[in-house]
Amino acid sequence: MEDNEILLMKGNEAIAHAAIRCGCDGYFGYPITPQSEVLETLAMEKPWETTGMVVLQTESEVASINMLYGGAAIGKRVMTSSSSPGVALMQEGITYMAGAELPGLIVNVQRGGPGLGTIQPSQGDYFQSTRGGGNGDYNVIVLAPASVQEMADFVDLSFTLAFRYRNPVIMLSDGVIGQMMEKVVLPPFKPRRTDEEVIAECPWAATGMRGRGKNVVSSLELQPTAMEQHNLNLQRKYQEIKEKEVRYEEYQTEDADYLIVAFGSAARIALKAIELCRQKGIRVGMLRPITLWPFPTKRIAELADCMKGILSVEINAGQMVEDIRLAVEGRTPVSHYGRMGGIVPAPDEIVGAVEKMRA
Amino acid sequence: MINDDIIKPENLVYKKPALLNDTPMHYCPGCGHSVVHKLIAEVIDEMGMQETSVGISPVGCAVFAYSYIDIDWIEAAHGRAPAIACAAKRLNPKNLVFTYQGDGDLAGIGAAEAIHSLNRGDNIVIIYVNNAIYGMTGGQMAPTTLMGMKTSTCPYGRDAALHGYPLKITEMAAMMEGTCYVTRQAVSRAAYIRRAKQALRKAFEYSMQGKGSSIVEFVSTCSSGWKMSPEAANQWMEDNMFPYYKMGDLKDKGSN
Repeated sequence: MEDNEILLMKGNEAIAHAAIRCGCDGYFGYPITPQSEVLETLAMEKPWETTGMVVLQTESEVASINMLYGGAAIGKRVMTSSSSPGVALMQEGITYMAGAELPGLIVNVQRGGPGLGTIQPSQGDYFQSTRGGGNGDYNVIVLAPASVQEMADFVDLSFTLAFRYRNPVIMLSDGVIGQMMEKVVLPPFKPRRTDEEVIAECPWAATGMRGRGKNVVSSLELQPTAMEQHNLNLQRKYQEIKEKEVRYEEYQTEDADYLIVAFGSAARIALKAIELCRQKGIRVGMLRPITLWPFPTKRIAELADCMKGILSVEINAGQMVEDIRLAVEGRTPVSHYGRMGGIVPAPDEIVGAVEKMRA
Repeated sequence: MINDDIIKPENLVYKKPALLNDTPMHYCPGCGHSVVHKLIAEVIDEMGMQETSVGISPVGCAVFAYSYIDIDWIEAAHGRAPAIACAAKRLNPKNLVFTYQGDGDLAGIGAAEAIHSLNRGDNIVIIYVNNAIYGMTGGQMAPTTLMGMKTSTCPYGRDAALHGYPLKITEMAAMMEGTCYVTRQAVSRAAYIRRAKQALRKAFEYSMQGKGSSIVEFVSTCSSGWKMSPEAANQWMEDNMFPYYKMGDLKDKGSN
């Protein structure tokens, strides 16, 4: 395919093509609906014959995330993808990666839960993703794509952030964005880094000593004072990420009396709801968080002062709404509208929720 | 200084391998881990691969293996070392990559990762120290605990109806197409140590020749967990462990 060519494909396929094109060294994944096209597309494309990228179907998500740990520990750009129950299984590896400060990309094409739940879309893993998800005090950078284009664009962005901060990054997508077909321009081709470039970029990695002292990649430290210091260093890093990496998009907030906050596919539906509200004379705008962690707390707090109410639209029972309330600190009413079990909210339901706020 | 005073260079016939540093080992007296560590250090040194080796250390008594052998290391989550090694090797095939795991780590919580790595023929070596007990956590029953053997979680002895049977993971490895070298060794006697070193070297060489996966099991003791003197533990191992976990090569398809 040509550069800048407009293609039609699924979000899951876009992730696979973007991975090959942005110098990804390895993909490790286990099939699960609704994200299996990522692995299938990579298998079809055979990047091991072109860029040298390793693609491996694993025996479990536990193996996937630990292969990610192993690849990241030697400084490689590695990724996995899964859906909610599989990502639940990966939490052990994610906390080890956070503890050992390893970069890596985990794509979660969310489906409804709890448990085996359903294969239909959901945003029910917001808490799991933004609160760490595994044991201990840590955070993972969470990006929320809302289009097939962002599925493609956020792969390289995820790797950039992951290596800038030596931290795992989650792309928190959902079954809608993963499965729907849309126009996309794939990112420009970027070669994989050479061994020398990996060593230069990752002097901490277990690449083999080759003339330096030994490197040990570990999350273990039994001395409490040293372990507390490690935790303080992590917290300082998370603070820096909060200060520098908040990303969001605003839509018609300038004249809005009411604000919808929504991410991913919920934000797409909310756009239609805003159009319907404005036809009825209700001025509604939207803030779409692109990073769910770090959360756009500051901007939402600013907007709260000029809004009569804020509505969180999510495909879950109300998870992000807690972060909005923490940002707003009671200055304006905050409500939630969401559906669960694989049902996505319809635009007129969201309009109804806005009207309820006015009453 | 003191060593130099006692041992004149002209009289030196044997010394600690260069890769084994001076960090005091935390292992109990009589433990096999220190000997296995020494063999790894010797073989990597003799192969000239200090600069290009990556070890994956486990959760268990050998969690601090990285403290003692001067190569690059990755510390794994419990049982996950083979998955980590798989990626570390496939993404950097020029390196020698091995895991170091105990029986709880490998045959218990990490059985799936071990079996699939072996079956995939990952060009790695699994070094498996089997002392039939969880040492680090204080002597609980392991998947390889022998029938009737007493531990803190089977204080009346391992009972088949309750606990099932001791797992022969190495025999399972021998059945798999992906493995090229499967062997069971011990380090309780000088002759065993010499043979074990050859086995280790063979496994490392096969992995660098891309012949598939290898597993080198070391049947070992845990005098603390078994509540025996080191000497009695060695004898108990030879009397009880060796008949069930039989020594020698189970498979060697790398030589042809």
